[in-house]
Amino acid sequence: MSLQDKDRIFTNLYGYQPWSLKAAMARGDWDNTKALLARGQDAIIQEIKDSGLRGRGGAGFPTGMKWSFMPKESRDGRPSFLVINADESEPGSCKDREIIRHDPHKLIEGALVAGFAMRARAAYIYIRGEYIREAETLFAAVAEAYDAGLLGKNACGSGYDFDVFVHRGAGAYICGEETAMIESLEGKKGQPRLKPPFPAGAGLYGCPTTVNNVESIAVAPTILRRGAGWFSSFGRDNNKGTKLFQISGHVNKPCVVEEEMSIPFHELIEKHCGGIRGGRDNLLAVIPGGSSVPLVPAEQIWDAPMDFDGLRALGSGLGTAAVIVMDKSTDIVRAISRLSYFYKHESCGQCTPCREGTGWMWRVMERLRTGDAAVEEIDMLQQVTKQVEGHTICALGDAAAWPIQGLIRHFRPEIERRIAENTREAAE
Amino acid sequence: MPKVTVDGTELEVPAGATVLQACELAGKEIPRFCYHERLSIAGNCRMCLVEVSPGPPKPQASCALPATEGQVIKTDSEMVKKAREGVMEFLLINHPLDCPICDQGGECDLQDQSVAYGRGASRYHENKRAVTDKYMGPLIKTQMTRCIHCTRCVRFSEEVAGVDEIGALYRGENMQISTYLEHAAKHELSANVIDLCPVGALTSRPYAFEARPWELKKTLSIDVSDAIGANIRLDSRGREVLRILPRVNDDVNEEWLSDKGRYQVDGLTKRRLDRPWIRRDGKLTPATWAEAFAAVASIKPGSSIAAVAGDLVDCETMFAAKTLLGALGSSLLEGRQTGMSYAADNLAAVNFNTTLAGIELADAVLIVGSHVRWEAPLLNARLRKAVKRGAKVFVVGPEYDLTYKAEFLGDDAALLGKLPKHVGEAFGAAKRPAVILGGAGLAKGALGPLLALAEQWNLVRTLEDGTAWNGFNVLHMAASRMGGLMLGYAQAGGIADLVAAKPKLVLSLGADEVDYTRFAGSMVVYIGHHGDKGAHAADIILPGSAYTEKAGTYVNTEGRVQFAEKAVFAPGDAREDWTILRALADAFGVSVGFDSFEDLRAAMIAAVPALGVEGLADYGALPKADKTATAEGTIAYPIKDFYLTNPIARASATMQRCSAELIHGEDFAEAAE
Repeated sequence: MSLQDKDRIFTNLYGYQPWSLKAAMARGDWDNTKALLARGQDAIIQEIKDSGLRGRGGAGFPTGMKWSFMPKESRDGRPSFLVINADESEPGSCKDREIIRHDPHKLIEGALVAGFAMRARAAYIYIRGEYIREAETLFAAVAEAYDAGLLGKNACGSGYDFDVFVHRGAGAYICGEETAMIESLEGKKGQPRLKPPFPAGAGLYGCPTTVNNVESIAVAPTILRRGAGWFSSFGRDNNKGTKLFQISGHVNKPCVVEEEMSIPFHELIEKHCGGIRGGRDNLLAVIPGGSSVPLVPAEQIWDAPMDFDGLRALGSGLGTAAVIVMDKSTDIVRAISRLSYFYKHESCGQCTPCREGTGWMWRVMERLRTGDAAVEEIDMLQQVTKQVEGHTICALGDAAAWPIQGLIRHFRPEIERRIAENTREAAE
Repeated sequence: MPKVTVDGTELEVPAGATVLQACELAGKEIPRFCYHERLSIAGNCRMCLVEVSPGPPKPQASCALPATEGQVIKTDSEMVKKAREGVMEFLLINHPLDCPICDQGGECDLQDQSVAYGRGASRYHENKRAVTDKYMGPLIKTQMTRCIHCTRCVRFSEEVAGVDEIGALYRGENMQISTYLEHAAKHELSANVIDLCPVGALTSRPYAFEARPWELKKTLSIDVSDAIGANIRLDSRGREVLRILPRVNDDVNEEWLSDKGRYQVDGLTKRRLDRPWIRRDGKLTPATWAEAFAAVASIKPGSSIAAVAGDLVDCETMFAAKTLLGALGSSLLEGRQTGMSYAADNLAAVNFNTTLAGIELADAVLIVGSHVRWEAPLLNARLRKAVKRGAKVFVVGPEYDLTYKAEFLGDDAALLGKLPKHVGEAFGAAKRPAVILGGAGLAKGALGPLLALAEQWNLVRTLEDGTAWNGFNVLHMAASRMGGLMLGYAQAGGIADLVAAKPKLVLSLGADEVDYTRFAGSMVVYIGHHGDKGAHAADIILPGSAYTEKAGTYVNTEGRVQFAEKAVFAPGDAREDWTILRALADAFGVSVGFDSFEDLRAAMIAAVPALGVEGLADYGALPKADKTATAEGTIAYPIKDFYLTNPIARASATMQRCSAELIHGEDFAEAAE
């Protein structure tokens, strides 16, 4: 069993139809949104809570609960804001891009519904700087929605005033971290803030703010239309709903596809991607959730359910469901070393362990790649990753440490082999 | 008042305290680099990690975590030890470890903490990062490879100084601290970042490679570069004061010091008067003390003698001179060198009554004729805090950048009689209103109208919490002013009264701002330390001591009596001022009744008891306002150059360079290193 076409939320994921408002309405978007809003804020939040939707940005925090943290009324006159994280920069991740360029009205309608539910005055969509065409589409789509009276004063005739602003980033991965995104929106250097205070208390311009991923917001109107029961009929307990999987790497047909949560890995690959390049036996390892989660070796991932809890049990995570498949032609140490370089390059430099540790880890990884190291340095590297992990302001330090930890956990013999080979060559 | 447990000790901490503060209250030392009590919390060095439960199973940055009821904090667990070692290792991997050639050596937080909390050896064998040095002006020397990116300097310039001078460029391990486009840091408090820098990245340029901290004798003193009376520490070696650092005094300077107070120090060894001089045939020629005293005695002034006190002199010197004049039968004393003649019979009317710390709480402030940034940079930092709290600031005077939002009403002193309506409304609504009258306003007669406004706006009041509030303030510029006024250095008509008296002898106590042409018929005897304007005009020069070379009492603009100690001896034949005045008494054949500094101070305290008590003097209530008083004229600030306001600063090469580069925009080629 797998997801049927009638149950797909993103019906124009591949851009076979235009993205425009007219086409989107034909697909069912903006269909009597006024009635959705008329259900009231608490009912909307409850419906989302009941649907079991967990944040699609990587951390998997229950979305309905997140919305409910927002103040019910402003005691001091401060407005609330919704910030939508479209700064999709995680290596391997490419789902928000498809949503924005082919189905932007799903996101915009979701912004209104979610913003209304959390009593926000406006939504800011922070879109990745490199997404130039996507940003153009999004700007145009927002303008369409304003022209049609769907946004702005008395949005959709609901009596609720709501604005959507699109803000382009400048190409820094760290601005995908929610508080760094808020800093960047405020016009400052994109560096994560200390928490507490959490954004729900003091976020954008010091006002209560919720930061949500594009996908979390875009699925909300459909959940409301089709009901929490429908959405929660997919996936295992605690991992409900449908999800956009982005499979890249050594599969025959890399793709972005909407599937049920908890679909086994092999089914996902064989059904949508034409299988592993060179067959199952050629699979080496999989990074199941974007570059920042530890890799999982072939034999463990094959039957694993692709969801938050199933992958956590393997010592990895679902992340954004950006599945990076690596076959046996992969230089696995080099691959992880390249990820280390990415984190070294994208560290904001604010706090010590990440600023200094990412560079150190990358340099050691580069030497491990060629075997120009001592065996003890593997343990030292492991310790350094532990010194970074959990000691930083934001999760980038963790994200930099985990891929290396995964590599050492599963491929230590390969690293040791290279060191031994290098030593032997040097001796000859 | 939450109760927390720190390493097994339960204690109650004030509401709003952080875990770091709770640990300190429990007597635990928490290592830190980025955290500073007077700056916002950055939480980026990660050195202050502690174990806290309840909470996530990882170490928490204690500087940013609020202490809450029932927290169990561990500062000595294995997790904390490992976390500190880890962070210290990261800080050191790219630190050059060039301590032997680093000026911070011996007073370096990184050195101290790596000994206390670090591992014994490094495991880092990659290449270290090198960073090009940045130009930050004539005061701040940079060695940016040493930087640990704590951002204290960035936060200081943004939050305390109020200028966006210093910031961080680039990201990750390429992050660099710099002034924008490598412009010089121009703010008057800029050199405080040197003290804030926990490592040797920002060090003192004028003091570079001068001394090691353990070689220096430390003497507690008071800054005389303005009327704030910042508490300072004089670091001296042998006969020379090598540097000046601020001391902590929350009531006065917090822990900051103006660049002038800090860097005029090299002026103490230049252009010094180190022997007596006598003018012969219109030309000053060197003399011995005996010749000089004989020359003074030969003037035989009798009671036709006047004394003018300079801006830097201490109370003891002024009292000794007053006693000498009294013994000769004269009371012609004046300290307001530039001719001001405001009434000084009620000192409350010319005092900074709100106090420097109190002005932070003001919610409406009217500044009349004061370039606060140049006349009292430390007060400006306080006013900035008040504005951050929501205070409205109005200024009567020419426009300048205050570093915070203020409304300039115009530069005509007559405005005080016809202030715009919204100003009156703001003061009517204010709970803690204050006015600040500066020297430029005093010169235009603004004291009277402002006292009337003080009554109208009810500036003296009892606050809701029962404490007294006096919002009437006069901001002076001279360190000696309040002391001088307390000792009677004020004539009804100002210095014009002295001119009118045509004294045979004018005793100039380091008075360098006086127009001596008005005393053309008088013999001018100059007792001072620098060959500045006063010495040029003098007939006889008796070399005295600068503020670092004598003990003394100073009263700052808020009437705070403070004592300074002697750090070094005056150069050459120069003597402490009071001994010169004592010897002059012998030369004139009169008795002044003191033979030692202790006698002098005892006599002074007997005459003015408030000078014997450290702290705020009580000047009583404000006088009744004269409703008819008016002020007129265009206000012009007297200070044209912040860095050159006194003879010490004018003799200082550092201050001259600051003036040329930061105010007059001259370029200085950097010597290749």
